[in-house]
Amino acid sequence: MNTAASPLLEAKGVTKYFGAITALRNVNFHVNSGEALGVVGDNGAGKSTLMKILSGLYQPSEGHLIFEGRPVHFSSPRIARNIGIEMVYQDFALAGNLPIYENIYLGREPGIRVGGLTIIDKAKAREMAQAHLDKLKIHVKSVDQPVEELSGGQRQAVAIARATAFDAKVVIMDEPTAALAIKEVGKVLDLIKTLKDHGVAVIMISHRMDDIFYACDRVMALFHGANFADSPLGKTNRNEVIGWIMGTKDHTAQLAHDRVH
Amino acid sequence: MISNNPGLSRFLESYGIILVVIVMMAILYATQPATFLSAGNLSNILKQNAYPAMLALGMFVVIITAGIDLSVGSVLGLAIICIAVADKAGTPWPLVLLVGPLVGIASGLVNGLGYTMLKLPHPFIMTLGTLNIARGLTSLISQAPISGLQTEVRYPGQKVFDLGIFTPPAGIPLSFFLVIACAVGLWFFLNRTNMGRHIFAIGGNPQAARVSGIDVDRVLVYVYAICGFFAGLAALLLAGRTDSGFPLAGVGNELDAIAAVIIGGASFFGGRGTVLGVLAGVLIMGLLRNGLNLNNISPFWQQILIGLIIIIAVYIDVLRRRAATRK
Ligand SMILES: Nc1ncnc2c1ncn2[C@@H]1O[C@H](COP(=O)(O)OP(=O)(O)OP(=O)(O)O)[C@@H](O)[C@H]1O
Ligand SMILES: [Mg+2]
Repeated sequence: MNTAASPLLEAKGVTKYFGAITALRNVNFHVNSGEALGVVGDNGAGKSTLMKILSGLYQPSEGHLIFEGRPVHFSSPRIARNIGIEMVYQDFALAGNLPIYENIYLGREPGIRVGGLTIIDKAKAREMAQAHLDKLKIHVKSVDQPVEELSGGQRQAVAIARATAFDAKVVIMDEPTAALAIKEVGKVLDLIKTLKDHGVAVIMISHRMDDIFYACDRVMALFHGANFADSPLGKTNRNEVIGWIMGTKDHTAQLAHDRVH
Repeated sequence: MISNNPGLSRFLESYGIILVVIVMMAILYATQPATFLSAGNLSNILKQNAYPAMLALGMFVVIITAGIDLSVGSVLGLAIICIAVADKAGTPWPLVLLVGPLVGIASGLVNGLGYTMLKLPHPFIMTLGTLNIARGLTSLISQAPISGLQTEVRYPGQKVFDLGIFTPPAGIPLSFFLVIACAVGLWFFLNRTNMGRHIFAIGGNPQAARVSGIDVDRVLVYVYAICGFFAGLAALLLAGRTDSGFPLAGVGNELDAIAAVIIGGASFFGGRGTVLGVLAGVLIMGLLRNGLNLNNISPFWQQILIGLIIIIAVYIDVLRRRAATRK
């Protein structure tokens, strides 16, 4: 990994309050181009909150973000998307009433601009969606199917398709394999590798050690809303990472091992 | 059985409502063969339902977002009084024609901005407020009806084309063509433009819209402005038809508009419905009234029937939604 240049995306001293709850406390974060970063932590550790800050859905209460060496402020997901940060949300964030292809291009419909509106080129949107899904080897009956008719795994796939339909520089995936059958898990992990090979920074939250150790270069752990550990994958092992998730650091291999189901 | 056949169920979902209209017309024809299909009665139905259709089209846009606009009846009242006052003040007719839509858009902007900027829990609250405010303003402007408008101002609501085949006053009302033009325009906007699709996305899942980079609040402001615009057009048509502006115009009409939209198959939960369905919903309410009138059935029964139909329509929506989420 190229450590001399500044990271592609950085967060410095990020704190996030939700009313009385402190979801994140002085968290530092970075990811490089072409790097796959695994983010782990217990339920409620603040993983999703940190990612939503990176994707512009939430604004940090304190701290700031740096993209390509320049300070940035994302007042909405649109701004983050415009500079190339995409996110696959834990709950997919798809509009069930709309067909697959509309979900993929929602907010960025192809067509001709007339005044403040875009007259959508539906044929082109369908075609582009189909081509993109083919590229990702995602099979659906028809891109016209409403998303609410899809299975959990198919929805996951559509959410991933949306995040990769435009040339993203950073793709954040919040538990992308949670809803998937084994075969699909492999596809998603391979997709992460492909993205990485194309120089995309991929951030994956996962509770599954198999996913992290298969697809990632580095892993970082959050514990109770704070940085806990950060290590290249080669310098750690599953048990140690599981220990981090539970908030234990040293000589935990045995303990962690006992607690793996 | 219907659920076992997706093709049939989709067909019924899209066009079932048209079947209902046809069946109603057949029943009306059977009970009143002489009057129902007379040119006079049919043109009356079209004329009477033009302004409710405008209100319903506007309400539809709001309901797609899972919102509601209770103020459209009052906004119609405010707009119609402003039209009459402007007309009486000697304003040139092209400007008077603009008064209704402008008052409507302004009221809609108040609704949309108020709802989004104050972060009220539901548009019900904001529009209940403006329902009262607009009606109060209307009465402050004039407590008495103002009649006798310029010909050109009356034109959109009153003109009937006999096309050389009908005997006046029968004929195809201009207001009917205006409704069709608005419906086609709205259909295009909702189905072919990005903002139209964003409106549907907001109704389906506002969070999905937000993370897709859609400025949900901004779109909602447009939505309420569009709804107000249609209420203003409705005022123009009613002013023309009655040749007046009267302070009680539109009282309770918001409920008819909501009923028509829901009967037409739009979902109260948002994200679902068609322009064609809305027009059918308006027609169903109109035919029901017409049929009961022709058969000398008391208007109280009309109310009871419309109430039942609303409950059934929403129940069908609930069933449909349950079927969808079960998958
Ligand atoms: N919108 C919100 N409002 C209030 N509290 C929130 C909100 N979002 C998150 N939190 C709180 O912040 C903390 C961190 O939540 P977060 O969703 O980031 O956890 P997570 O690490 O993603 O957990 P999981 O593995 O269960 O997805 C939790 O205590 C949660 O209750
Ligand atoms: Mg989470």
